[in-house]
Amino acid sequence: MAVTVFAIVLQRNLFSVVVLAGIYSFLMATVLVALDAVDVAMTEASVGAGISTVLLLGALYLCGGEEAKPMARPWLPLAVAAVIIGALVYGTLGLPAFSDPSAPIHVHVVPRYLNEALKETGVPNVVTAVLASYRGYDTLGEVMVVFTAGAGVIALLRRARKRVDEARQ
Amino acid sequence: MTFASHYSYWVTIVLMVAGLYIVIARGNLVKKLVGLSIFQTSVYLLYIAPGKLIGGTAPIVAEGFRVYSNPLPHVLILTAIVVGVATLALGLAIVVRVREAYGSIEEDEILAADRDGEGGA
Amino acid sequence: MRRFLVLRVVGKLLIPFMLVFAFYVLFHGDFGPGGGFQAGVIAAAVVIFYGLIFGLPAVRRMVPDAIVETMVGLGVLLYAGVGVAGLVFGGNYLDYFVLGSDPVSGQHRGIFWIEMGVAITVSGVMLKIFYMFAGRGRSLEGE
Repeated sequence: MAVTVFAIVLQRNLFSVVVLAGIYSFLMATVLVALDAVDVAMTEASVGAGISTVLLLGALYLCGGEEAKPMARPWLPLAVAAVIIGALVYGTLGLPAFSDPSAPIHVHVVPRYLNEALKETGVPNVVTAVLASYRGYDTLGEVMVVFTAGAGVIALLRRARKRVDEARQ
Repeated sequence: MTFASHYSYWVTIVLMVAGLYIVIARGNLVKKLVGLSIFQTSVYLLYIAPGKLIGGTAPIVAEGFRVYSNPLPHVLILTAIVVGVATLALGLAIVVRVREAYGSIEEDEILAADRDGEGGA
Repeated sequence: MRRFLVLRVVGKLLIPFMLVFAFYVLFHGDFGPGGGFQAGVIAAAVVIFYGLIFGLPAVRRMVPDAIVETMVGLGVLLYAGVGVAGLVFGGNYLDYFVLGSDPVSGQHRGIFWIEMGVAITVSGVMLKIFYMFAGRGRSLEGE
């Protein structure tokens, strides 16, 4: 995946950037399956590699497909990136090791969800039970976010291009 | 602490900083949005990797399995993915409108057009 | 793309299966991976697939703008309505256990309807965004 991302950084043809982003999403979905996150992998594959690619291609169709020459000496962004890498690596030294059963996230509320979900909701898929029942408010907020995004896109793109051109003349 | 025990965090950091670099160092607006979505996917990895228990299985209660991976990050990230694509859609709509107003989607050209517009008006 | 026979035939063969798969993911989300979001996205992808092969006017005839815009709002209303139903039957907002004869079947009903609401809104929004982007106009060559 790192190879794909570096290719995206260096590529200038935007169409190939979009295709590489789709490949990256699929690779991320396979990594998520390897990490036992099956719901998330299905969502990431369909949303990241499907809808995102379609939207990016639609935007490219309306905008043109080549990137201009990047800045000649990107020292400041590279320095910022290096500083951030250093700070984050220093931060992760204190985090729990991979697959550590005594890590804090496994201890507090999750055993209750795993043990009680089937009895209290009758739904074996614990992710759906938590999403829909234990944390239903969050899902309500998220449906509203999706609705707002749709409303925003309608508001931004409603008028046809022809009238925009006439207004500018 | 060995290399293998924290490897997942470092991969996440590499992806995150690569996405951030695209956002700050490239002028093309569509490419910035792609960089932003790369940044977001690296955050998904950051949340889900610590939830995995080696020898466990997907968090669907079934006969014969006793160790499950942590379902709580899955729930949070499910919401985050859909919010991410909503953000991408709105960002692309804005880029399309910017393109129609300024004729270009390169950051330098847009800033120059703004400056010229102020100087002339 | 209208002229490519292979695409048209294979598309017409595959689309019913993909739609059934979307409904399967929605209803079977309680027992396996899946649920509202995935089902909504897959359903939107089916219609976008049809639109890519047969062109925007054909897909606009098949799924008109009015239906898509109704779907966008209907899902949110459905979700909020389940919450209000929880209030009406005596619990707090978004309580499911009051909706059925015993708590577990109430949970089943509540979860079923909100997953449906989520799927309707998500597929409506994705489809509407696709329509907006695709119908925007030719690229700017006559600037």
